[in-house]
Amino acid sequence: MIVNQFLVLGALLFSIGVYGVLVRRNAVLVLLSIELMLAAVNINLVAFGAYVDDAVAAGQVFALFVITVAAAEVGIGLAIVVLIFRNRSSANVDELDLMKW
Amino acid sequence: MFDYHALAPELIIGGTLLVALLADLVLPENRKYLVGVIGLVGLAAALLPLLTVGFCDDLPFCEGGAARVMFGGSYVVDDFALVLKGLFVLTGIISVLMSVAYIESDRYYQGEFYFLIIASVLGAVIMASSRDLITLFIGLELVSGPAFLLAGWRKGDVRSNEASLKFFLIGVLSAAILLFGMSLVYGLTGEITFEGIRVASAGLSEEPAFILGVIFILVGFGFKIAAVPFHFWAPDTYQGAPTPVAAYLSVGSKAAGFVGLLTICYLAFANVADIWGPVLWILAVLSMTIGNLTALKQTNIVRLLGYSSIAHAGFVLVPFAMAAAYDAEGLESAFSASITYLLFYAFMNLGAFAVVIAGAEKAGSAEIDDWAGLSRYAPGLASLLGIFFFSLAGIPPLAGWFAKFVMFRSVMGGGAGAWGVALAVIAAVNAVVALYYYARVVKTAFMDPVPATAPLELAARHQTAPALALVLGITAAVVIVAGFYPPILSFFGDAARVLSFGG
Repeated sequence: MIVNQFLVLGALLFSIGVYGVLVRRNAVLVLLSIELMLAAVNINLVAFGAYVDDAVAAGQVFALFVITVAAAEVGIGLAIVVLIFRNRSSANVDELDLMKW
Repeated sequence: MFDYHALAPELIIGGTLLVALLADLVLPENRKYLVGVIGLVGLAAALLPLLTVGFCDDLPFCEGGAARVMFGGSYVVDDFALVLKGLFVLTGIISVLMSVAYIESDRYYQGEFYFLIIASVLGAVIMASSRDLITLFIGLELVSGPAFLLAGWRKGDVRSNEASLKFFLIGVLSAAILLFGMSLVYGLTGEITFEGIRVASAGLSEEPAFILGVIFILVGFGFKIAAVPFHFWAPDTYQGAPTPVAAYLSVGSKAAGFVGLLTICYLAFANVADIWGPVLWILAVLSMTIGNLTALKQTNIVRLLGYSSIAHAGFVLVPFAMAAAYDAEGLESAFSASITYLLFYAFMNLGAFAVVIAGAEKAGSAEIDDWAGLSRYAPGLASLLGIFFFSLAGIPPLAGWFAKFVMFRSVMGGGAGAWGVALAVIAAVNAVVALYYYARVVKTAFMDPVPATAPLELAARHQTAPALALVLGITAAVVIVAGFYPPILSFFGDAARVLSFGG
């Protein structure tokens, strides 16, 4: 099995996610970009899992855990974003500058 | 396979979680503090099996020895795990005690607070035992997830909101980077347990993708332990979060990150120390230097402690940074030096935060200038401030000196060469720089005149809450006794060097 194409896809997706985290202003879109990075991780894990073909299918199991934890984290993240939106009527991350240095 | 005795602490804490959640549901509004009591009892009960497993060989009814391997080597309870679990549970107990009065004085929900903080402690306890990538990741997320919510606890306060969002975004970003590194390491070694990775990685130290994976994992943990240059979230989060939560984050959550970093380096990447050794060297130097230099010009005392905890993270990394140059024995001594430093640091820093909570209530603010003349109207508190801050600076006979001593002994003892000497010199210079800003706070509290705006009548009426006074008493006693007789803490640091691979 050729694993390279999957890894290239994973690396591209991860890079797009990093780019999104760095340039997006809206907290929800930053969150979505992080989800892209986690999707890249899952592609990597499943591809490697099929390639390595170990007895316990660790790659696939790991990917399932990542999906579950990512869902929980989005729950927490959206709760925090809603909270901030209520207090400031804006969810832009570059306006969060009350504390620096 | 399923060893109930060894797993008892996790099961007890897990049970406590559910009971706390249920109790919060049925208790009337003015009795919510009982949820905190339930949490304290549960955490204290979890200490008991830790002791019986740890001293298993001496007990007549106990079988199986002190090191137990479960779930195919993925979960190991050995001396190292027991010591760290004890530290996490104690940190949890002290944090809950600190929180009781603080949370009570607010109108915000109480029951969930204890639920979240105990959940976070459970994650840290799991991390201490995890010996594969999946368990480590789950433990880490269980530490961080509740902590994100705790940081934003004061819902109406925009600073608390900001602290929470910054912490959350950085936390999730670091988890994604960490996972990408883990996926590469898994793919190239084909193994998920630390032991398997160690064996399979023997010939991979030149493989670019594997190096990338290791670096990504280090970066992910670098965010968790707030090492420079991945530190910028920490002071903001500590300042904005409720102060007891900041105390928990700077000790419990940070120690959990260290445990993950040290076990994965020491167990999984033992054969490729020439990859992570230099990275940790740079992280240690940057954390100490930038943490201390930035702390010099802080005006808020919580922020000052935030930068000081970044600098201390650098000190913890110092023994480990020379890993590539050490033989097996030197590596073991470096490991126990890092753990010993963590143990001492935990008590000093929790005490310092407890003083900050009590002092901010007396002086009406957490700005250092407002603390001027604290010794005039709160002499006991000012003395405690002196004890903890001089201990953090490493002045004998307070506990901090021994932590610094084992660190220097480990760096200089291993035949470390020019890089080791350079590191020791940088650490020594930093210890002096740190003394300046700790001493400045103490000088403000003892020598400066009381400002005209000081709320003296309020301070005279305000009594420090009993639970907080208890925390101050315990931590001060530990800091003083451990300063005169370090073995009461370093015994545990030495025990923790026995780290088994499992499997």
